[in-house]
Amino acid sequence: MSTLAWTTFRQGIGYQGLLLGCTVALAATLLVVADRLTREPIALRHAEDMNASLAQVIPPERHDNDLLANTLTLTDAAGTPVTIYRALLGGQVTAVAFQVTGQGYAGEIGVMLGLAVDGKVLGARVLSHKETPGLGDKIEVAKDDWILAFTGLSLGDPSSERWAVKKDGGDFDQFSGATITPRAVVRALKGGLEFFAANRGAMTASAAPDAAARTLTTDH
Amino acid sequence: MTSETKRKAGIHWGRITRDGLWSNNVTLSQLLALCPTLAVTGTATNGLGMGLATTAVLTISNVLVSAIRNLVTPEVRIPVYIVLIATLVTLVDLGLNAYAHELHKVLGLFIALIVVNCAILGRAESFASKNPVGASALDGLMMGLGFTAVLVVLGGVREIIGTGTLFAGASLLLGQSMAFLELRLIPEYRGFLIAILPPGGFLALGFLLAGKRVMDARMAAVAKPVGEPATASG
Repeated sequence: MSTLAWTTFRQGIGYQGLLLGCTVALAATLLVVADRLTREPIALRHAEDMNASLAQVIPPERHDNDLLANTLTLTDAAGTPVTIYRALLGGQVTAVAFQVTGQGYAGEIGVMLGLAVDGKVLGARVLSHKETPGLGDKIEVAKDDWILAFTGLSLGDPSSERWAVKKDGGDFDQFSGATITPRAVVRALKGGLEFFAANRGAMTASAAPDAAARTLTTDH
Repeated sequence: MTSETKRKAGIHWGRITRDGLWSNNVTLSQLLALCPTLAVTGTATNGLGMGLATTAVLTISNVLVSAIRNLVTPEVRIPVYIVLIATLVTLVDLGLNAYAHELHKVLGLFIALIVVNCAILGRAESFASKNPVGASALDGLMMGLGFTAVLVVLGGVREIIGTGTLFAGASLLLGQSMAFLELRLIPEYRGFLIAILPPGGFLALGFLLAGKRVMDARMAAVAKPVGEPATASG
């Protein structure tokens, strides 16, 4: 008897709606719980990743602060916001790092660029790219030490028109079979240096407002 | 459990295993899931990681689908299965991101792709929705392992031809203790780029499919004189 009622109910549209509703409610609950549980570890992992890539372009002896804590957001010439990571030593900005992007052969190339306050490159590392494996991926420090050649250079050294790959009359090697990729990286780095030159005041002089305030209060 | 159902179940276990690993292999026989197959198999390590993640999702989804098979009506089964699978994949994605971050960095892009891996919906539909939980779990595991094996072979072949290495980056996936797997088979190899690029995937898969056909034909030819000729088909 009740089996019959159950069978009739099971065939109705109400049961199907209920079934779908229950499934979706269960799925949503699970996802909310999982999101809650994993949000913090994931944020932590991302911060670790960021710190690891920042550590490659800003030597540890140049700062005593948490690089992720003292950030600044500026807009570049194209109007996109750029996060500036500032290295502080005793409240003074000693170096900055920010990400620059170049248009490579197969999409954007993200490069983290570290600069000393005098505008010299402390280090540059490719964070992400989609270049051809075996050809364009020599921009990765794990594959080739090409990217290390930029360390110590600045906007005037070499001169502005020589900040290009050799094929374009510049100073930097291209790879055999891949010119677009290194050209994109060189251009991105040059763009980053120009961005720094244009915003040097904002990036360095203001230090960190909260750090400055702290210094003032501790003076008493 | 009566001895009869036990015996029945016993027969099933063997067939499910053989089906999943070889005769009804996801990639080589059903020709399903070719998108992740071709996309991730640039190296054997990536193939292994993708295969294991898929195996986990496939096994769990088979178990869940089988557990609720008497509640789900045919009219709404597809949306119910898809919601289940998508939820599972998201949970795996979040879990890996939080607790196995290095692995997630390698596989990150491809984990979301597991949702649209038609093999998973295919097994839910054609096996798990009609069979008990235990058999479905084994089916998911074996189908997954069969898939993993193909991905590893495909990735290995492409990696050896393309870059002259095997299991490059395995320590990233399996931990430092498995670093011995990383081999450089051909020293000073200049690389053969096409093997790593998408066309190489199609080529290698084509050869694998042909290879399986040849082996099946050989095995059938060997088996024939023993059994009844011609009539014994199936």
